[in-house]
Amino acid sequence: MSDLLAARLDMAISLGFHILFACAGIAMPLFMVVSEHRWLRTRDPVDLELTKRWLKGTAILFAVGAVSGTVLSFELGLLWPRFMQWAGPVIGMPFSLEGFAFFLEAIFIGIYLYGWDRVPPRVHWWSGVVVAASGCLSGIFVVTANAWMNTPVGFRMVNGQVTDVDPIAAMLNPHALQQTIHMTIAAYLAIAFMAMGIHALAILRGSTQRIHRNALSILLPIAAVTAVLQPLSGDFSAKQVARWQPAKLAAMEGHWETERHAPLIIGGLPDEQAETTRWAIRIPSLLSFMAHGRPDAEVKGLKDFPRDERPPVAITHLSFQIMVGCGLAMLATGLLGTLLLRWRRPLADTRWYLRLLVLVAPLGLLAVEAGWIVTEVGRQPWIVYGVMRTADAVTPMPGLIFPLAAIAAIYLFLGVVVVVLLKRQVFAPSEVETAPASPPTPPPGER
Amino acid sequence: MDYPFAIAAVILAALVLYALGGGADFGGGVWDLFASGSTAERQRALIAHAIGPIWEANHVWLILVIVLLFVCFPLAFAAIGTALHIPLTLMLIGVILRGAAFTFRTYDRRDPGTQRRWSRVFAIGSVVTPVMLGVCVGAVLSGRIGVDLATGVVATDYISEWLAPFPFALGLFALALFAYLAAVYLTMETAEPDLRRAFRARALWAAVATGVMAWVCFFLARDGAPHMHAGLAGRNWSLPFQVTTGAVALAAIAALWKERYALARLIAAGQVTLVILGWGFSQYPWLVEPDLTIRNAAAPPQVLRLMLIALAAGAVLLLPSLWFLFRLFKSARQPGRS
Repeated sequence: MSDLLAARLDMAISLGFHILFACAGIAMPLFMVVSEHRWLRTRDPVDLELTKRWLKGTAILFAVGAVSGTVLSFELGLLWPRFMQWAGPVIGMPFSLEGFAFFLEAIFIGIYLYGWDRVPPRVHWWSGVVVAASGCLSGIFVVTANAWMNTPVGFRMVNGQVTDVDPIAAMLNPHALQQTIHMTIAAYLAIAFMAMGIHALAILRGSTQRIHRNALSILLPIAAVTAVLQPLSGDFSAKQVARWQPAKLAAMEGHWETERHAPLIIGGLPDEQAETTRWAIRIPSLLSFMAHGRPDAEVKGLKDFPRDERPPVAITHLSFQIMVGCGLAMLATGLLGTLLLRWRRPLADTRWYLRLLVLVAPLGLLAVEAGWIVTEVGRQPWIVYGVMRTADAVTPMPGLIFPLAAIAAIYLFLGVVVVVLLKRQVFAPSEVETAPASPPTPPPGER
Repeated sequence: MDYPFAIAAVILAALVLYALGGGADFGGGVWDLFASGSTAERQRALIAHAIGPIWEANHVWLILVIVLLFVCFPLAFAAIGTALHIPLTLMLIGVILRGAAFTFRTYDRRDPGTQRRWSRVFAIGSVVTPVMLGVCVGAVLSGRIGVDLATGVVATDYISEWLAPFPFALGLFALALFAYLAAVYLTMETAEPDLRRAFRARALWAAVATGVMAWVCFFLARDGAPHMHAGLAGRNWSLPFQVTTGAVALAAIAALWKERYALARLIAAGQVTLVILGWGFSQYPWLVEPDLTIRNAAAPPQVLRLMLIALAAGAVLLLPSLWFLFRLFKSARQPGRS
């Protein structure tokens, strides 16, 4: 394995691992403050227990997210020093703002976790609001920095030297808006479906306890709304990609020929040698319409890009198909749940719908991973689109397969432990409902 | 205003706060490893109780330093990331293991076997991280990481810069210093006399270890970090500064000896502050010796100016929040709650 490939895999594993925990760190605090707010209104101990149970899970996920995020901030220099030595100042603004947002998040999650008996309930709830807001903001800032790698602005490159650096312009780059909207919705969508699936599984396994029903009633509205919004945001994103990164769009679509009335290519397998996409369904003119708003608009095909400026087509195309497919499945599931509620069918009593929720549960996170593969692999061979190639950015350090193996092994281990611990938390019987005679007040210091 | 200098000062201040907070959290992990005697399990519980609410916030200072480094001194960040790839990766593994194992221990089964396994991982992470941090600082001070200013090409064999006596002595010094600070803090976390005495004894031993390692580092710096040695020994500010640091260290020991714990905590924090400042001053004006200085490695002035504005605005939100966090969990009102 070449050192470049090892570095790219190392980065991909580190990002792909961290993003799962980052999504949980963005979305779970929102769910918790909704549930805690319900408790403040109703004083129903089940609502409090649900909040605390989500909180335990979040504490585990947040800690792993914090350490894996630290790894990423170092890896920028460990793996891509030649990129950071000029790009650092240009994209520094969102990174430093992210630092502050993450700082606030870490401070207030400490208060939220350990402060139950130390601050008044209102203050506690507001701490949760700060965690939810700063978690969302730190995600937005990091994605802004990534958007700059897709649409680099705010500097000039003169003879290999960077001049006229404008960090604000770099932060407000053309892709920033579409990427942050798409990623933020994705975080809530993916985690809401994941959590719904887990609670549905608990009900299917015979739990009649209200804690899981309450969870579903909080999560379904969030899941349904984000599932409807996400395709709209995706359409906006695709139009932006079509405008700024035509090679990425062509790779996403497996679209080879430059043509008007370009068809939307669904499924199939791109063959990069033969320069064609086989076994796909083609819907005439739809790609032209979706990318540029007119059925007769011209869409540039991959053949019009030099071979050494094309991203890996098969990976990008397949990942894009997976992401869209997962999104549509979640959209259908969310709408179906809304209909069931309108027909006054309690979700928790509709066993086939619970099974569907379990089935759909991992699709949101799968879509997040696939979407990041589209963004990152679709940008190749560039690390900064049109400015610097990934191969020119990698560290000269040899033997990069060793840190890759170490990170992969550690993250595999952490992943297994997290799943085991979460499973135990989720399927534990409700303490409040098991002993309804005397609802236990938590001992001081317990979280 | 001298932007590069101002940013460097902020980095140094962040490092001081990281040492006072995050450093002590690592020190807590060291004492988890050395928990012994009849109070061993209560020692571990006290350590977990003390660092639980704050370790994630304390940890962010390190991330802030890294971000400031790559935004404001990108050449230094690239040079350090290139030459110190191996010790930094080991440090990151320590960071991962420490944070993950601490949290897993809190939420895993309560049986002694499970708890002991996670304790071990937590403690190993808490030892590896400060040692490797010290090793990296030692390598940066050694003057062996050469950088071509025009191209940014780093002259390094990836090993000899850090695999040397001085960096590892500095790593052990950092470990001793953080363990000492943690033990002093822990005397203030409990009202139970036997636990207090246990950590008082540990603090005194760690103070001795810190003093010994300080002399070893100073001795090894003659060859291992000649610039720094000259800075520590030869400049007109250095002798009074050294004497003050030494006097403060002795005062902290005296306060511990007299069981004046609140005073000892204050003086020990002051001592650690002086040590970090002394490191910063002795290195000035270099970032990575011998080629990169605060001036020649700095990003364009408009970037630094914006960063200073962002730092000021961020501090308005951050400092009251931090104060609130520490008042809530570290005020002297409720010692001994566990």
